[in-house]
Order: sequence, then C-alpha cells, then structure tokens
Amino acid sequence: MFDNFPLWPARAATTAGQVDALYIFLVLLSAFMSVAIFIMILVFATKYRRRHGRQAEPIEGSISLEITWSVIPLGVFLVIFVWGAVIFFRERTAPAGASEIYVVAKQWMWKLQHEEGQREINELHVPLGRDVKMIMTSQDVIHSFYVPAFRLKQDVLPGRYTTMWFHPTKAGTYHLFCAEYCGTQHSGMIGQVVVMEPAQYQAWLGGGTTTGSLAQSGQTLFEQFGCNTCHRFDVQGRGPNLKGLFGKTVQLEDGRSVVADENYIRESVLNPGAKVVSGFKPIMPVFQGLVSEEQLNELVAYVKSLNTPASGAAGTPNLQSPGIQPPTPKE
Amino acid sequence: MSSVAITPEREHYLNKEYGISSWLLTTDHKRIALLYLVSITFFFFIGGFFALLIRLELLTPAGDLVQADTYNKLFTMHGQTMIFFFLIPSIPAVLGNFLVPMMIGAKDLAFPRINLLSWYLYIIAGIIYLHCILTGGVDVGWTFYTPLSSGFSNTKVIEAGVAVFINGFSSILTGLNFVVTIHRMRAPGMTWSRLPLFIWSHYATSIIMLLGTPVLAITLLLVVFERAFGLGIFDPTRGGDPLLFQHLFWFYSHPAVYIMILPSMGVISEVVPCFSRKRIFGYHFVALASIAIAVIGFLVWAHHMFVAGMSLYAALIFSLLSYLVAVPSAIKVFNWTATMYKGSISFSTPMLYAFGFIGLFTMGGLTGLFLAALGIDVHVTDTYFVIAHFHYIMVGGAVMGYLAGMHFWWPKISGRIYPEGWGRLAALIVFIGFNLTFFPQFVLGYVGMPRRYWQYSQEFQVLNVLSTAGSTVLAVGYLLPMVYFLWSMRYGKLADDNPWNATGLEWRTASPPPTYNFDETPVVTWEAYDYENMPLPQEVTLER
Repeated sequence: MFDNFPLWPARAATTAGQVDALYIFLVLLSAFMSVAIFIMILVFATKYRRRHGRQAEPIEGSISLEITWSVIPLGVFLVIFVWGAVIFFRERTAPAGASEIYVVAKQWMWKLQHEEGQREINELHVPLGRDVKMIMTSQDVIHSFYVPAFRLKQDVLPGRYTTMWFHPTKAGTYHLFCAEYCGTQHSGMIGQVVVMEPAQYQAWLGGGTTTGSLAQSGQTLFEQFGCNTCHRFDVQGRGPNLKGLFGKTVQLEDGRSVVADENYIRESVLNPGAKVVSGFKPIMPVFQGLVSEEQLNELVAYVKSLNTPASGAAGTPNLQSPGIQPPTPKE
Repeated sequence: MSSVAITPEREHYLNKEYGISSWLLTTDHKRIALLYLVSITFFFFIGGFFALLIRLELLTPAGDLVQADTYNKLFTMHGQTMIFFFLIPSIPAVLGNFLVPMMIGAKDLAFPRINLLSWYLYIIAGIIYLHCILTGGVDVGWTFYTPLSSGFSNTKVIEAGVAVFINGFSSILTGLNFVVTIHRMRAPGMTWSRLPLFIWSHYATSIIMLLGTPVLAITLLLVVFERAFGLGIFDPTRGGDPLLFQHLFWFYSHPAVYIMILPSMGVISEVVPCFSRKRIFGYHFVALASIAIAVIGFLVWAHHMFVAGMSLYAALIFSLLSYLVAVPSAIKVFNWTATMYKGSISFSTPMLYAFGFIGLFTMGGLTGLFLAALGIDVHVTDTYFVIAHFHYIMVGGAVMGYLAGMHFWWPKISGRIYPEGWGRLAALIVFIGFNLTFFPQFVLGYVGMPRRYWQYSQEFQVLNVLSTAGSTVLAVGYLLPMVYFLWSMRYGKLADDNPWNATGLEWRTASPPPTYNFDETPVVTWEAYDYENMPLPQEVTLER
C-alpha cells in the first residue's frame, strides 16, 4: 500500500535526516498550536453559546496577555530560524575535496559531466559515502535540480554557475526532478540519481568509453582555441599565468578585487573585458557564443586542475555570492 | 441585474434609477461595488473552471486529459485570473467600496469618478485578458519568470502582461481613494481609535496597493520591452540578470498576499465581535498589527528565492524578517479567539465562516513557519507544500473572509435575508471540501512532488485523487451561495436596517441604504464595537 501512498520520502543523504528532524519538530509544534486554538474556539463556542438570560461580559483586552502572546511566539520563531539557518549553512558549504560534477540543464534534459570524463543524460551515478559537489548552469531558461531523497534543491541559472553538494548515505535509485517551471515538458525533465556501492561505482566508471578526464578535454580545447599563446606557463605572456590561479583573490585593473572561482573563470572566457586583471590589457577576444556550456565546463575544470596536487584547504568559496565567503565548516 | 421594488415608497440606491446607463455611469460607491461584484464573480468562476480542469488532469499520473502545453496554460491562467482578477479586487473593491464610506459616516468615497475609472480600468484589463485566453492563452506561470517569459515562451505573454499592467492601475486608484477617504471624510467624532478594524485593515491594504503595485507595473513593462524590443534586462545572453526579475516581481507579489489577506482579517474583526456580542479583545493591537503587517510585509520578498541563487547572507536576513512578519498575524489570531471568551456566541453563517477562517488561516500561517525555515524551504519550495500553504492563506483565509463578509453584509447590500440553513450548509461544505482538497497537498509536497507538473510519478496518485475529490466538493460549496444569494434577491425575507444588531455606522441607516448613505451626517459619540449597549438581535431563535 505504501508504494502508492508514501507519507515520507526516502532518506538518502546526510542532509535528509537534519531536515526531517526540524520538520518533525515543526509538525508537532503546529499540531499543538492548531489543536490548542481549535479547542479554545470549541470550548468558547459551546460554553459561551448564546442563551437567554446570559449576557456577554465586557472585556476590553489585556496588555500582559498581548505581550505574552507576542513575545513567546517570537521566541519560538527565533529558535526555528536559527535551527533552519544552521541546516542551510551546512547545505550551502561544500566540504573541501568533494568530487565535482558539472551539470548543464536545457529544455528539457539534464546533461552531466564527471571529472573522470563520463557523460550522462538524465541519470547521475554517484558512489556511496563520498562528498559530491554539483557545479550547474543552464543553456536556456531557469531550471532547478531537485532530489527529494536528499531534501536538496538548487535553481540552475543561465549565464552563471550555481552549486549544491551532498553526501549520499544509502544506495538506491532516487528521483531527480526539475523543480522550476521551464516550459512545455517541465514535468518530463526528470531523471534519476543512482547511489552505488563504491566497488560497483568503480566498475561503472570503467564500463564506459571516455576521451579522457574533463580536465584533459579542457586542455585540448585550451590548445585548440589558442588560449595557450597568451596564457603561458613558462614565461609571462600577454595574459595572466593561470597556474595556481583558482581560489586566489585577484586584483583587477579598476581597483576592485575578486575571488577567482568558477563563475569568474566562466565570465573571463565568455566576456573577458568585464573584469580585467591588474597590469593586463583588455585584448582577449570574446568567446560568448563560440564555446558550448559543456566546453566551458571542461575549460573551467582544466584551469582548476592547474592548481596542482592539493587545492584549497578550506571549504570552496560560495559561488552564488562572489566575494563573500562563508565561514569554514566545523569538522 | 434585476432590482425589485422592495418597499414601494422608500427610495434607495438600487431603485433610484433604472437602466444600463444608470449603472455604467454611476458614481455611487455602492453601485460601483455591485459592478465589481458581478465582474469578479465572473472571473472567479473562470479561474475555478481552470482549477477543476487542473485537478481532473492530475487524477491520473499520465498526462492524458489535456496536452502539456494546455496544462501549462491552465495553471498559468488559473493563477493570473484568481490573483489579479478575483482575489486582489475581491474584498476591497466590493465590500470595501460598499462599506468604507458608510462605516466612517461619509456620503461617498473622496473621488467618486476616479472610483468609476478604477472599475473601467479593471474591465478593460479583464477584456484584454479574456481576449488573451480565447486567442491562445499564456503559459509562463502567474509569476512570469524570465528568461522563460521574455525570450522562450511562444504564447501571448505581452497581452497578459499588458492586462495585468492596466489592472494594476485600477488597484492603485482604489487604494488612493481609500487612503484619502479615510483621512479626510470621517464623520464628526469618528476618531482613529473609533474606526472599525475593517477600516484599519483597508487602510493598511491601500498603502500596499499604492506603494507596491507600481513596482509590478514597471517590472511587467520591462518584460514586455525585453520580449518585444530585445532590450537586455533579464536575459543573461544580452547582459541581463534573470534574478533581478524575481526580486522586482516579489517586491510587489509578496505584499500582494497581504493585499489579499488583510481585508479578510478586517471582515473577521467585524464578524467575531458581532456574533460574540463583545468589544474586540485588544482593539489597538489588532489595528496596529495590520499596519505592522503592511510595513514588514515589504521587507520579506526574497523568501521566495532561497534556492534561486541568492547569497547565503541575504537568505539569512530574509528568513529572519519572515519570522518577524508572522508575529502580528499570530497576535490577530489570539485576539479573535480571546474575543469569544465570555461572549454570547451565535452560530450564524458569517460566524461559521469566521471560525473556518481562523482555523484555516492558522494552519496556513503555521505552515508558513516551515517555509521561512531555510533548511526546510530548500526541500519544499516549488513543491505542492507551497501550493497547499498559499491556498490555505489565500483560499482558506481570503476567500473564507470574503464569504463571511458577503453573508454578513448581504442584508445591507440587497435589503434581503439569505436562507440561513443553506448558508450554514454551504459554509460546512466549503470547509470540508477545502481541507480535503488542500491538506493532502502538504503531504504530497513533502514527499517531493514538484508544482506545475502535468504528469507525475505513480506513487503520488492517491494523494492527488483525494485532492481532486475535495475540489469537486469545494466547487459545490462555492456554487451554493451564488444560487441562494440570487434567489434571495427576489424571494428572500426583507431585511431590517440592522438585522444582526451590529454596532457599525453602516447599520444605522436603511437597508438597502439611500444613495447618499445617511439622511443626515452621523455624529459618533461611542467607541467601536460598543456591544455592551446594543441589545441582542431578535432572531436568535435558530439555536438555543
């Protein structure tokens, strides 16, 4: 019976339990409050129902009651706020060293690229027990990557990267939904997330044919487009040396500074004149319309791979607000 | 609109003049209210028809009743019709128009001709929107999100946008009229703290209409510009920012929720004291809560965008502010409940709707606490949980309040009494039908069914069937009042001037009122809700 009438979604990531706990608390609180108010209305309505010979008693109000029922709810609300915010902080702060998957959404499918080079459509295979970070963009309208079993959702926007991360805790196949209305086949823009035992996952990785890792494809493109004629690694070229760039703070020509995250690299390929590095001239051609979203992801992955062995120690910068970094999560 | 000679001699606003032009050129706020009543009822049933088609499609997991594109148009036009052409004008333009001048002892609104202009703007917008529906419709969701609306949809986005744009000015002018009227036209002795709470809530609503609606107008205009002339405002490939649209849109559209609910709260604040025969508990707190909601309501818009790609810190601020705006709503619920304490409570139809309002609004408000919690919102936003939540507020709250008000003031508006037994039955049917329709959607949302889905996964079916079943019950509940209100206009018992023995000024003149409301300007020497000095109404006989 419960196949057709679930009251609870599957719980398959670390976030799911945290969200459920607050949800249960709120359900109990709401049930208590509604029942309290319903009972009061019922009691008053029966006890004080209109009868002959009984008059309503004139009562104006009570300051102390007003204060009580303003302050107590406010206190409870603040507890809920903090609790919800703590969960959200964890949800939005990807741990260092998470394996990265690039997502390109388009009307009406999900295209996914693994670091190792595997590509998937509407299906995402991930290993159990590893942190996975999704770096997502859209080719057309706004979509939203939603996995109810993880209790996670993130809108996917055209023209920028948004990210989400998760840590799967249970093997299985789970729904992947597009949650932001995106046109005719919105309800068909669905797929599945397959969480696999690590060994099986390795087998799955070995099964497909790839043309090398994402970063390797990026390197090929880097040479194809001639990026390496200016962005050189041996001597100072006409463009900045990209080695070790990712995650650093960059001084710009106009005095501002930005953190060189995925969104910055993306923007600097598509529209290089927007944020020129201090000491360089805006001579790089615009690549908007010349590279596909997938190629862009490969280039970004390549630039990130130039950071050699260990990348940033702390949590990865929050992509959605360039320039503002959330505090390092406590381990 | 057949108006019957009710009492052969006495002249009132309904029988003063006859003929089409006496209605279409009227500047009497009461007649304009009736023009609105007819028009919004028309749109309510159009929007309701779309809703029933949506529910029928969702009876089965497969998309089988209509095409995907048709379904997308249905939910878009259901939302736009209900919000822009029914809910936003509902109480203000019908009951507010009728009652605001009468409750403060004025002859009319401050600008009677602007009032008529408001209705014409509404009608022009309505005709454009109907034309849009009939010539293909629009499929971008009531929210018009870019870049879908500005670049990708190939439906009649511009026409729908223009309709909503024009309709907005109707709303702005109504708000303007109310603000000026309430400030300038109160009868002698009608001080601010003697104002009925219905007036306070309409005052708060008017402020939102005046300050918020222009932002929506600008936003829709920008969408039209981008769509028609290729201006890069929201489309990232032309240098625009799609999130900018969402910020602008919700800057109006969140306060718009308060445009819908505040007037209902005003109705409840009239009904509960009258049927409890008591002054409202904590008058000043209820009045100021309306103003607080209007003010804080402007600062919470981005809680619709927690997963949209906003910064973490902005999300924290908007979550906190959303909790603050919940406090005045809670204060109101507690005060209404406390008003009943040691009252003399009658279970007349308006009071039954008020009970329904308090219960459903409480549940709508409490589930709002879930959505304001960042961690939970990530999971349930854009699912049926949100659909259920805002229907509890906007249908369970706003529409219940509207029906409470329609029943309460129907004797004043029509001069007739509706059949009480049918009234109570309809209230019960609406309550049951509503809960059956929307409660399962909370579960559906938490289990993970996204909104705006034409076809869905098998396991969601049982909950959807329950919801569809409920919607048919709800439809019956909504049809009944229309039938017996119309019936009562000809066959209903004649109403006294004050059948409920209520205290408001509107009850101290004839039913239906004369054209200029009062034979002589009233002088107010008593406090609002002075039920202590008001005898019980005569026909309390139904219960005992």
